[in-house]
Parts: sequence; structure tokens; C-alpha cells
Amino acid sequence: MHNASKHLLFILAPLVVVFALLPGVYQNHLLLFNFVIFLILAQGVNIIYGFTGYLPFGYVGFFGAGAYGFAIMVMHLQTPAPLAVLVGGGVAVLLGLLLTPLLRLSGAYFAIANLAASLAVLHFVANPALEGITKGPYGVSLTGTFNPTHAYYAAVVVMALTVGAVVYLKNSPFGLALQAVREDAVSASMAGVNIIKMRVIAWLASALVAGLAGGIYAWYVSVFYPDNVFSGEFSIFAIVFALFGGVATITGPIVGVLILYGIYNLIGFTTPQYFQLIYGLLIMGLVLFLPAGLVSLATRRGWHVP
Amino acid sequence: MSPEKTPILEVSKLVKRFGGFHALDGLSFHVVPGEILGLVGPNGSGKTTAINVISGLYAPDGGEVVFDNVSSGGVASHKLVHRGINRTFQVPKPFLSLTVRENIQVALAYGGATGAPSIAELLEEYRLKEVADRPAADLNSAQQKMLDLTRALATRPRLLLLDELAAGLNPAELDWIAGRIKALAATGMAIIVVEHLMGFIEQITDRVIVLNAGKEIFEGTLATAVREPQVIEVFLGGEHAH
Repeated sequence: MHNASKHLLFILAPLVVVFALLPGVYQNHLLLFNFVIFLILAQGVNIIYGFTGYLPFGYVGFFGAGAYGFAIMVMHLQTPAPLAVLVGGGVAVLLGLLLTPLLRLSGAYFAIANLAASLAVLHFVANPALEGITKGPYGVSLTGTFNPTHAYYAAVVVMALTVGAVVYLKNSPFGLALQAVREDAVSASMAGVNIIKMRVIAWLASALVAGLAGGIYAWYVSVFYPDNVFSGEFSIFAIVFALFGGVATITGPIVGVLILYGIYNLIGFTTPQYFQLIYGLLIMGLVLFLPAGLVSLATRRGWHVP
Repeated sequence: MSPEKTPILEVSKLVKRFGGFHALDGLSFHVVPGEILGLVGPNGSGKTTAINVISGLYAPDGGEVVFDNVSSGGVASHKLVHRGINRTFQVPKPFLSLTVRENIQVALAYGGATGAPSIAELLEEYRLKEVADRPAADLNSAQQKMLDLTRALATRPRLLLLDELAAGLNPAELDWIAGRIKALAATGMAIIVVEHLMGFIEQITDRVIVLNAGKEIFEGTLATAVREPQVIEVFLGGEHAH
């Protein structure tokens, strides 16, 4: 069997089936929804960081832009929710296009500039002068479209598409070329790769993913403030989950979200007083002992991890 | 060199400045298909800068580069690769976390070449078969140089620029790679070799150009070059020239 088919059959399909069926047997639907959102965001980080090496500290900017793209369409144009989600994705892509000059930077400079850009978008959206469009700092209420069940399944669909995109990157010359650009841009150009085009495509793809997730999040929660959907926690969590599992793989970010967000909620429910301590120690341990993520436990032994 | 052939590359009055430093100061030369041209000169004479300009890494500040009758100065590297120029690097630059095979696959997929050699052929010919599925980071420096070369050859260049490919190779490897380079030239590929190893240059080149301070100071065979007072002066200092 072709590798890509194997990855779709043994990674993507079970993931989708499990998350499609879980709401029937597990009552905390909000938690399940958050899992799916973080699976999407962690894979979005994987696309831009794992495959091209840009660490998007302001990744939440696309998520928030998607949420507000959704909200504006629903509030002002009474757009049906699924269409508004697509618009949310489109708004994030437009923001990504606007920010393409950031790709001239690298390393920490890119990360900081991206963080600053996401804060700029937050303050733009939260500006009281724009109350007529975004409701400014007063937040939006979209009770008319409230339908958590549909929103949940929309999230599962976007998760499937996102993981599918990563399967494609892992199994195509395109994904290989992206990794070549990450490893050495000059050599990649001498292999005939148009490095600017490749970086922009990856950047916009990861923006689209976050924008769609943001739109669906807005649909699910239906009442939110700028600070909720532009919260730095989304960026940090998505990055930490992806790194914990291991980037530039299909399974790494999935494992990262399932384990780390699982533990996060477990500690949060059982021993909230030790929450920060245990979580902080976990992440420190990861950075010190497994900088290439959990999957490196296997790759160090020479095993292939998809 | 076959005088009846039209040059595939013509460089005229090329200038490249870095701040106030003229790395290339009016350099002109040409190379014809099937020829192996040596670029020699002391450190800082502009050899690698010339290669970087021809391969599109730097845009020239003056003068002209014409490849296959089309102006190519300042054109992006990947476009030049598609037109038929490729190169190796003084310090090899493979994609370290990708396997040897994947390194070559990228160039085969994106090099835009038709009729390029297969991965199996390249791995076999450049002694990389045993390490094909290892990450490039695991290779020794000679193997990384060969990987750099196969990455370039996978795009089927008509002009190949070799920047100190021979440095660090042992005598047996040198003889072997000299044979490979001559075989490539015999297929009609034009090859420019930047090298400090004069024995190696003598073994493979048809003609050399000696550079000093970004200018050509001699053109001809290496055997003649070493008797030229001006050449001796830039390599060994003024007192040895007379």
C-alpha cells in the first residue's frame, strides 16, 4: 500500500471516527471541542514551523481574525454559519498575505514580529471607534447561529482536512521541498525550488487552517470578547503541543495534543492547586530531555515515525 | 577548447561591490560547451564571488552575464537552475535532516530537467548507494560534497560551477572525481572549476583564468600561467617574480 494511503487509513481515519463518535458517549462536549480545535491549531503550527521553520508566536492572530470574520458576516450580513466559517478562513488568509513581508525575517525576529502583528490585530478589532463593525471591546453575541453540535462536526471536518494536508506534505515532493527550504534556503533554490513561493504557500495554508478554526470557535461559543479569541494561550498551547509531540511528522502534534491537553485537563480537574507546577515541570522536562519531541524517542532508535 | 563553438556563458566587465570593496572589478571571460575552465587566484581574488553572481546568489553591480544568449545577471537562482546552470558549494550545503535519497529527490522534482539521470544512477555513480537512506547529517565531508554534486547534476545543468570540490579529498578520490568531471564535460557540459589544488586543476582543465583583486590577470593553460611573472607575483609575492 502507498504510504499516503496508509497514513490516511491508520492515522486520519481513526482520529476522525473517534472524535465523530465521542460526543455520543462522553458528556463534556466543550472539552471534546477544545481537543479538536487544538488538534487543528497544532497541525497548523506544524505546517508553518515543522515544514518551513517559522515559529509563529502570533499564530492566534489568524484564529482571532477568523472568529471576527465569522462574527461580522453573521452580524451584518446574516450569512449562514458554514459560509461565514469559510469567510473567516478567507479573512485569515488575507491577513497572512498582508503579513508576508514578515517572512523576510527568521528565527526569534520572525517570532517577535508575528507576536506584535497579532497584538496589532487585537487592538484594531477591539478599538471602540470600530464598534459599528466589530463591536469593539464590548464583545459579540451571535445567539442566532448558536449550534454547538453543527459547529463541533464542522471542527471535525476541518481537523480531517488539516491532518489530510499534513499527510500530503509528508508524502509529496512539495512537502519535501518545503523541508529543503527549511534546512537550507540557498541549496533549495539551487535544487530549483522557488523558495519565496513555497514559504508563502505554507504560511497562507497555516493561516487558513487557524482562520477556519477561529470561525468555528466563534460559531461554537457565540458570545466572546476580543481578548478571548486573541488570547496568547492559543498560540502558546498550539506551539507547545506541536513541539511536545514532535514537528514535521503527522503523528507528533496529534500525540502532543492528546497527551498534554489531556494531562492539562486532568490536573485542572483533580489537583488544580498544583496545576502550574506540574505543567511547568513537564514542559521543562521536555525541553531538557526531548527537544525534538516525543516522537524522537522512537526515531532515536531508528524507527520510522510517520 | 574548440574555437568553433559559441560560448554558452559570456561574462563581460562584471562588477560586484560589498560596501567599498570591489570583489569583482570588471571581470570578463567566456566558456564553451564541453570545456573545463579553471578559475584560480589567491584568497579574496573574487573566484567564489564570480560563481555566486553567475549562479544568481548575488545580483551584479555592473557588467553583464549572458547564458545561452540570454542575459542572466540578477535572475533568481531557481530560474537559472531551470535554464541550465547549477553549482556546488565550497562548504557543502545538503539538507541535513533529509535522507540522501530525499536530497536528490527535491532536485529531481523541482529542477525542471527532462532526461535527468535517475536517483539509482546518481547514487551508484557518486558512491552514495550505501548511505542512500541515511540523513545527510550522518555523511562525512567527502560524501556531503558528492551529495552536493549529485543534487546539482539531478537538474541536468549545461553549465556546472564547482567551488573547491576537490578540497579535502584523498589522492585516490581526487583521481576518481577528476575522471568523473572529464566524463561530464565529454557530454557537452561546460564546467567552471574554482580550486586551490594546482595538480588537480592541471589534470582536468583546458584553460585557466587567473584572478587577482577581482580582475583577470592571465588567461591560458596552467603550464603557461606558472611561468608568467604577474601570476607568480600575486601567488608568491613580488621578490619571486623575476
